[in-house]
Amino acid sequence: MTRPAEQPDVRPSRLSRDEIEANFQDLHPPLGRSEALIEADRCYFCFDAPCTAACPTGIDIPVFIQKIRSDNVRGSGKTILGENIMGGMCARVCPTEVLCEEACVRNTHEEKPVEIGLLQRYATDPIIDSGVQLFARAAPSGKTVAVVGGGPAGLSCAHRLAVLGHNVVVFNRDEKPGGLNEYGIAAYKTVDDFAQTEVEYILSIGGIDVRNNVALGEDVQLRELIDAHDAVFLGIGLSRANDLGIEGESLDGVVNAVDYIAELRQAEDKSTMPIGRTVVVIGGGMTAIDIAVQSRHLGAEQVHMVYRRGPDEMSASAFEQALAQTTGVAIHHRAPPNRILGDEHVTGVEFTSDGGRFVLFADMVFKAIGQQIGGFSEFAMQDGRIVVDAGHGTSIDKVWAGGDCVVGGSDLTVTAVQHGKLAAIDIDRTLRGAPDG
Amino acid sequence: MADLRTSFLGIESPNPFWLASAPPTDKAYNVNRAFEAGWGGAVWKTLGESGPPIVNVSGPRYGALHSNERRVIGFNNIELITDRPLETNLEEIRQVKRDWPDRALVASVMLPMNEAAWSKYLPMIEDTGCDGFELNFGCPHGMSERGMGAAVGQVPEYIQMATEWAKQATSLPVIVKLTPNVTNIVPPAKAALDGGADAVSLINTINSIMRVDYDSLTMYPTTDGMGTHGGYCGEAVKPIALNMVAEIARNADTAKLPVSGIGGITDWRDAVDFLALGASNVQICTAAMVYGFRIIDDLVDGLGTFLDDKGMTLAELVGKAVPSVTDWQYLNLNYVEKAVIDQDLCIECGRCHVVCEDTSHQAITSMVDGKRRFEVIDDACVGCNLCVSVCPVDGCITMRQVSDDDADKLNWTQHPNNPMRTTD
Repeated sequence: MTRPAEQPDVRPSRLSRDEIEANFQDLHPPLGRSEALIEADRCYFCFDAPCTAACPTGIDIPVFIQKIRSDNVRGSGKTILGENIMGGMCARVCPTEVLCEEACVRNTHEEKPVEIGLLQRYATDPIIDSGVQLFARAAPSGKTVAVVGGGPAGLSCAHRLAVLGHNVVVFNRDEKPGGLNEYGIAAYKTVDDFAQTEVEYILSIGGIDVRNNVALGEDVQLRELIDAHDAVFLGIGLSRANDLGIEGESLDGVVNAVDYIAELRQAEDKSTMPIGRTVVVIGGGMTAIDIAVQSRHLGAEQVHMVYRRGPDEMSASAFEQALAQTTGVAIHHRAPPNRILGDEHVTGVEFTSDGGRFVLFADMVFKAIGQQIGGFSEFAMQDGRIVVDAGHGTSIDKVWAGGDCVVGGSDLTVTAVQHGKLAAIDIDRTLRGAPDG
Repeated sequence: MADLRTSFLGIESPNPFWLASAPPTDKAYNVNRAFEAGWGGAVWKTLGESGPPIVNVSGPRYGALHSNERRVIGFNNIELITDRPLETNLEEIRQVKRDWPDRALVASVMLPMNEAAWSKYLPMIEDTGCDGFELNFGCPHGMSERGMGAAVGQVPEYIQMATEWAKQATSLPVIVKLTPNVTNIVPPAKAALDGGADAVSLINTINSIMRVDYDSLTMYPTTDGMGTHGGYCGEAVKPIALNMVAEIARNADTAKLPVSGIGGITDWRDAVDFLALGASNVQICTAAMVYGFRIIDDLVDGLGTFLDDKGMTLAELVGKAVPSVTDWQYLNLNYVEKAVIDQDLCIECGRCHVVCEDTSHQAITSMVDGKRRFEVIDDACVGCNLCVSVCPVDGCITMRQVSDDDADKLNWTQHPNNPMRTTD
């Protein structure tokens, strides 16, 4: 590889505004009615369905598909949202190829599963778009629960608590609620501001007071929340990006992928985002894929995604890897970074591999090697995450937790939603003083 | 490929597939297209008396029962007999027969219940050169309200009377088309035979309402807000038609009566069903109306290939399955089958389990040694065939005989539980 003539080459508008807009269109366009009916017909309505068992939120998938078949789309949406209030977002972002669709018995029959994700979107979109309220709140309990975090775990917990009759105050660190749905997910997976539309739908149940720009540990302390509320739920995610711990990490042009993705998601005009001509992404997960693909969409000419282990250990699904490759991302395996090169601005990254050291030139380097929880010491922790019981209670009385910040968090929206739901059910049981079990 | 040439009542056709009397045979234009596509014959859309033409509704005439993929499974219509002048039809029949001498061309007729009409019109129609007549005693809507069609077909005495008039009025073969809107098909068939009919054709369409309109909550389809029952046909009616054909074929009084089989034939296998159960040829309408005339390719090719594979002639196929049809009371109650699930083919959908568990005999497992696995519990299985019917994988669940071939046979007429049993 020849060294580029001028480095660093980092600038916005590498492609025209129209080209970039087109690149960020819906990854999987929604199904029309005929397509949905035909696809729904493919469902075998399995007994004790493997797809449902594979869904972290346990949506009764054959039943919701059956309702699509009979044109009972609202009933279908209710089946989905009753188990997973973020069924709309999950329909867009779930790695269905390793969840419900991997379990589909059609794989055995013809190696082509039912398109469960797209059908789920078909059933939920009309509800979220029209805002029709499917849920009624139980009689007021007189209890108030503090939910920390406005992401999938927190909002799922808040919604279920509201349905169960409790009042909820959500303390949200960011300017807008939604968490990673708003700031983390690749833009082409959730177009047209869907994350906010979904949040509005969730909040329309009533009884949920969202306070934005309130960060735990800075603007409000855990102890105050415990004292002022009947229960506290923490859905705070993993707020601190991991460091590589190698030379050159603080050079200009070395960026945490999650920070860049958040900025990109919020950018009205994505062509204003400066991107390098040559981009190196370090990591092997979904975030690494997302930043690599979006770098290409912004016009980066060469994008390298470098992972320290083999393809089987990558947490990005095979579908995501293929998506990156067909978008023009070169994926390199078994190459841990050795040092980042450059004086003020990054010029390249040196890697170690079985074949010896090699250098990839770079105008920008994205770190996508995971995040960790930000500064908690009062909880029982394991592997840097909060330990919870089956009901998502923590080691601290009156405090529950769920989502990425707990042991068992999987960095998936759907898992966070399930945690929030389970915690809400347990909080409700506890507040009502029902005996365990 | 096997020779499919057919002689039905002496009417020759290159294959046993005729278009039934219906919209596809209303005009020379359509029939010419059908013959170009390879159809063996056609029964011209039913002719009535001359005079003021028949008037059809100008709204929907057809309604369909769809699968989710919008495949037409069932179909109905409220169209009447031909609404074109008799003279026009006669002229076109004459021309088509002249242009296609090797194809069967039969005239369907519907006339009032007076002998004069039959003696007037049949010779006039015969003069076109057509090969025979089919008497429409089957249409269940409209014309039946005027004392024709099914109104005749539901009264055996009328069938016999009109058939006699027809036979007196023409020397050509006469086929009587029967309505299925009766409780027992044998008396009408017997009446046709007694009236001198050369053959019967069946079934005509079944009284039907397709559905309700979910917005207006009226029946659907309607004409200016009102609807009427139509005649049901298409794939969904085939089992009803097959039973009626077989009943005629296995009844001693009617067994010798040639049958032209009609009812939901869509591909060559449907034709095999009718032929094996006693029909000598078949007539088709709905499949052509749903897919167009080119379905004839598969019908001819599929039947020919099938006969080749079986090493049979078409004539040998006709009636082949009739001896296997009997009354329930003669079924061997000592014969035992049980289901077997091929684990290599099983995709583990569990449908067999849940239907057996919920609605039948709790004879299929869902777990074996803590693993999802579907196996037949022989002791509980009564061999009902439900699991075979619902399994989405063809050939995965089959029935296996478990009783001995040389075990004594025992039917209900001999069964000890039957107080009316015959004793030696």
